[in-house]
Amino acid sequence: MSAKEGQQHPIAIYLWIWGLLFVLSAFSYAVDYFHLQGALRWTLILLFMFLKAGFIVAIFMHMHWERLALKLAILVPPLCLLILIGLMAVEGDYTFLTRSGFFSN
Amino acid sequence: MAVETATSVVHPAGVTPGLPGVATDFASDKQAFVVPWGKAMMWIFLLSDTFIFSCFLTSYMHVRISSTVPWPNPSEVFALTVFGQHIPLILIAIMTFILISSSGTMAMAVNMGYRRNRGKTASLMLITAAFGATFVGMQAFEWTKLIVDEGVRPWSNPMGAEQFGASFFMITGFHGLHVSAGVIYLVIVAMKVWRGDYDRKGNYEIVEIAGLYWHFVDLVWVFIFAFFYLW
Repeated sequence: MSAKEGQQHPIAIYLWIWGLLFVLSAFSYAVDYFHLQGALRWTLILLFMFLKAGFIVAIFMHMHWERLALKLAILVPPLCLLILIGLMAVEGDYTFLTRSGFFSN
Repeated sequence: MAVETATSVVHPAGVTPGLPGVATDFASDKQAFVVPWGKAMMWIFLLSDTFIFSCFLTSYMHVRISSTVPWPNPSEVFALTVFGQHIPLILIAIMTFILISSSGTMAMAVNMGYRRNRGKTASLMLITAAFGATFVGMQAFEWTKLIVDEGVRPWSNPMGAEQFGASFFMITGFHGLHVSAGVIYLVIVAMKVWRGDYDRKGNYEIVEIAGLYWHFVDLVWVFIFAFFYLW
C-alpha cells in the first residue's frame, strides 16, 4: 500500500464480484420463485445474504486489504447485535404466546 | 520505558488544563488507523448506521414474531402483472439488480479515480447516481401502488397484520432516504472530479470515501431484501 496510492486493484476483480452478486441475487430470487419453504428456505436465504454482504464489504469496500486494526474496529462491534436479536426473538415468542392465550380467552 | 511514560502521563509538557484540554487531547495527532482520516470517519459513521438499520430490522422481526394475525405474504404483495404474466416479487428483484449494478459502476469509478482518469471517474459516478435515482423512482412507484391501489397504511392494511405497513414504510423509507442522499452526494463529488479539484489536490480519496457510503447503501439492501421481502 505504501508503494501505490490508496486502494488499487485490477479491474477484473470488480467485474467478477459484480457478476457473482448478480448470480447470488438470482439464486435468492429463485428461492422465492420456486416457493421453497422451511429450513431449506432459511438456510439458502441466509447463505446467499451473507455471501453477498461479505463480498460487498471485502472487495467493493476494500475491507479485505485494510489493516487488522480497522477491520476489528468496524467488524467486531456489530456482533453485539446478535445479543439484541437473540433477546428480541425470545421476547417476541413470549409476547406471541401471551397474546395467543389472551385472545383465546 | 515504563518509568518514562509514567512520568510523562502525569505531567506531560505543554498540556492545556480544563475543558480546552479535552479538545487538545482528542486532537493530539495520535493516529490509530493508517488510512486517510476521512475514510476512518466514514467507516465509523457507517458503523453507527449499521446499528440504526439493525435496530429497525430487529424491531420488525419482533413485531412479526409476536403478531397473532397472519403477516401479509410479501411475495404476493409485491407481485406485478407484466404483459398478462403474474410474476412474484419482480419489481424488488429488478431494484436489487439495479442497486448491485450501481455498486459495480461505483467500484469502477473508485478504480478509475486512483488511475487519475478524470473523465471516466466522473462519468462512472454519474452512471452510479443515475442507477440510484432509478432505484428511488421504482421505490416511489412501489409506495404509490401500495398506498393508493392496495390501501396499505402505517396503522392498517387489508392483507393482514397491521404492523406490516409501519415496518415497511419505516425500513424502506429510511433506506430510500439514504439512497436519495447518496445520489446527491455522488453528483456533488462527480462535479468536483469533473472540475479537476482532486487533480489539483493530488488525491482521489474522496471518491473512495463516497464509494464506501454507496456500497453501504447496497449492503443494507441485501439485508432488507433477505429479511423483509424473502421471509
